[in-house]
Amino acid sequence: MRILLIALLLFASRAFALEVANVEKLAFGESDEQVAAIAALVASGDPQAAAVLQALADGELQVAGKRVLIVKGEEATDAVTGAKVAPLPEEREGVVANNRLRRELAGALAGLKLTSPQREARLAAVKELAGGADPAMLPLVKRALEKEADPTIKPMLELIAATMELKDGSKEARIAAVRMLGGSSNSNTKLLLLGVLEKRKDGSFAEPDEEIRREAQASLRAVEGRLAWGERAGILFTSISLGSILLLAAMGLAITYGLMGVINMAHGELIMVGAYTTYAVQNLFREHAPDAFDWYLACAVPASFMVSAAVGMLLERLVIRWLYGRALETLLATWGISLVLIQTVRTIFGAQNVQVENPAFMSGGVEALMGVVLPWSRIVIVVFAAAVLVGIWLLLTRTRLGLFVRGVTQNRAMASCVGVPTARVDTWAFGLGSGIAGLAGCALSQIGNVGPDLGQAYIVDSFMVVVLGGVGQLAGTVYAALGLGFANKLLEAWQGAVLAKIVVLVFIIMFIQKRPQGLFALKGRAVET
Amino acid sequence: MIRRNFIKATVLAVSLAAIGSTGYAQDKGPIKVGVLHSLSGTMAISETVLKDVTLMAIDEINAKGGVLGRKLEAVVVDPASNWPLFAEKARQLLTQDKVAVVFGCWTSVSRKSVLPVFEELNGLLFYPVQYEGEELSKNVFYTGAAPNQQAIPAVEYLMSKEGGGAKRWVLLGTDYVYPRTTNKILRAFLKSKGVDEKDIDEKYTPFGHSDYQTIVADIKKFATGGKTAVVSTINGDSNVPFYKELGNQGLKATDVPVVAFSVGEEELRGVDTKPLVGHLAAWNYFMSIKGPVNDAWKKQWAAYAKAKKLPGADKPLTNDPMEAAWIGIHMWKQAVEKAKTTDTDKVIAAMAGQTFKAPSDITSTMDPKNHHLHKAVFIGEVQANGQFNVVWKTKGPIKAQPWSPFVAGNDKKKDEPDGKTVIAK
Repeated sequence: MRILLIALLLFASRAFALEVANVEKLAFGESDEQVAAIAALVASGDPQAAAVLQALADGELQVAGKRVLIVKGEEATDAVTGAKVAPLPEEREGVVANNRLRRELAGALAGLKLTSPQREARLAAVKELAGGADPAMLPLVKRALEKEADPTIKPMLELIAATMELKDGSKEARIAAVRMLGGSSNSNTKLLLLGVLEKRKDGSFAEPDEEIRREAQASLRAVEGRLAWGERAGILFTSISLGSILLLAAMGLAITYGLMGVINMAHGELIMVGAYTTYAVQNLFREHAPDAFDWYLACAVPASFMVSAAVGMLLERLVIRWLYGRALETLLATWGISLVLIQTVRTIFGAQNVQVENPAFMSGGVEALMGVVLPWSRIVIVVFAAAVLVGIWLLLTRTRLGLFVRGVTQNRAMASCVGVPTARVDTWAFGLGSGIAGLAGCALSQIGNVGPDLGQAYIVDSFMVVVLGGVGQLAGTVYAALGLGFANKLLEAWQGAVLAKIVVLVFIIMFIQKRPQGLFALKGRAVET
Repeated sequence: MIRRNFIKATVLAVSLAAIGSTGYAQDKGPIKVGVLHSLSGTMAISETVLKDVTLMAIDEINAKGGVLGRKLEAVVVDPASNWPLFAEKARQLLTQDKVAVVFGCWTSVSRKSVLPVFEELNGLLFYPVQYEGEELSKNVFYTGAAPNQQAIPAVEYLMSKEGGGAKRWVLLGTDYVYPRTTNKILRAFLKSKGVDEKDIDEKYTPFGHSDYQTIVADIKKFATGGKTAVVSTINGDSNVPFYKELGNQGLKATDVPVVAFSVGEEELRGVDTKPLVGHLAAWNYFMSIKGPVNDAWKKQWAAYAKAKKLPGADKPLTNDPMEAAWIGIHMWKQAVEKAKTTDTDKVIAAMAGQTFKAPSDITSTMDPKNHHLHKAVFIGEVQANGQFNVVWKTKGPIKAQPWSPFVAGNDKKKDEPDGKTVIAK
């Protein structure tokens, strides 16, 4: 196939009309024929060939009987001649590419775009080819290299040419190529270098030249070093991401349980209520304002806060305020409430998970380091968690409500004596804690499943964080959430997800045995009593 | 000899007693059938539609006059993705509701949980999901795929030039009996093909796991060591965060293809499939298969979903386990009509060799002996619209091997249930 391609490249420099046979092979052939047809079309250098290949990649290539068409919306052109076809034939069938074909197509299209007049197109093409291109494309790359003047694209092109010559170039060229690979930031280079160092079955090296092998070793070490850094950065980020999720889930509980002393088993369900509110808001946007769909979160965040806060305040007024100071009864009552909430949601929305769609700006990710992609959804949640944390901190330390809450927590009787309406403060504080649970639900709906059982998965984690951090301390919650995030992710990378969960639980049990007050404990007489 | 006669006599006495006590009353009334699928919890994402498609089949059978002139009456219970609850509910169906047959279960752990109940009470279970094999009970008909009808062909495809020629393998699954056993079989199979121990990485996550960041990063790292493919036996709603993470981290199918055995059209409903184009699934049916039987079935399902206002009726989807459930209930009906009774043992005998024109456009045949269907295998690639494009298929139906030849000691096991049934004490 490669020989065919090179031969075609040499002899087909004149622009032929697009060969019918090739297009037909592409549309009707077995995959070996299709791959050959792609090579032949690339070699033809015809702009129509590029259009045909692009159409296949985009799923726009269709066949009607024996005719091959490019169908864009309601308009069709003949793939061979480029002429308009009207009316659109009724019986059409799409030509579908499989993985192998898509791989070939991506390379071929990139090769064709190397000489594109637009800089962006060339840059994209170079990036695509940097992942290991077919050596048969070397003449194309060389030709592009002669014309290329852009300071970013040119070195990348040289690198591509180098990888292509890795197998068959002169010794100097190969050494240069191997050295250049050592400086590449594409994770596929490791594969290329491993190929150079490969041993055959009989123990001899695939690469007979020792000098080249030595250079390849050095380059491989450099690449592996950078990959290792990427891996560390990856673990750091995933830990922070998990920590931020734990923090969001636990922050509401840090207020209801930590500050107010209510063992709130319905906390998870308040998270779930927040997630379902997000779902409801999303549906409203989809129905009434599909154009503004990407911004539904701007509405969903306050909505989920308010709905969960309202549910929480209702609970406090109706049930919990009669049970202050009776921990066991509160625990049982809130557990019962959690079951009621789950069943209510099941009745309204059904037992199955509902789908919450990410806004477009939250899909995909950004490549931070070699081989490390940070998903936008996670980044947004980390930022969101930080913002919520700052918000709560300001609320508790800078506002009158915060002052009252702290006062009631530290000494209820005294606060009451100086005129703080303690009952009302309790309601507001419980509402605040519940509202923050709602915010957590809104965030969680963006990365996980939203179902009636959502809260159950987070209630244990939330209590773990609050108890570990020390009851009554916001700072303790932050340290505990991030600490558990790190512990979980390090253990997961080392021993797998199942064991990591067990080890973390065992650790917390041991820790609470040694230090029941948690990492940070409130000091003072009120607490001792 | 005496002992055997005694057992026979007991069986006879018990079954006579059963006929005596319940037979008369039920001869004219409807035949009760149990539906045992999780309608809540982590497995609800997959199992709810199986309940619906079973009810659709019952409606259809009733509309055509029922079975033996009697209507079918469905008894639907919800075992809530709770494995011990499956056994309780199964016992309730068999002893209290006295159902003639049960259609149910998805996860192998739920099947293992109900199996002793069905064997003890001599009930009849139709299990509609692909599974790991290593089991053959007289009381169960397995209408899903055995490993040689799904897992092995999928791995062979990924090894081929067409499938990308994978050299390294990540075996990723939910932590329970099906993924563990399947991966044991696959490991033995890969080794028989000359794959090194260091080129196989086995990973498990708990049920309902939702944070796949580390797993996906690990897969990427593993893939820097050579052409890698991922075999996913993740079950339930964990698939949604897994595929979301794959898409977000930009792991493309052209670089590292992921083939899944428990992900179909229904599981991908909530996922943006554009970044996932090219990832694979191996099944014995895809919604995109062309054929008159499938077209009619899809139309029937769409109409049913709309009429019953099922969730997702605006975009009705069919999938492989739904097809298997559909085949199961129709074959049971045919067997009952052949046996002229709903008696478990007689229906089991009548099931042998039943055929049914399946939506996958082949005629499904129940093996005369081993309680499994002969099935054709399809491998499909995910498309941007959430459907699968079939890229490979077997020439025709292949016979199931519940005892995989890649598990040591299986060569001595017989390819049919040994007939030993524990009788109620």
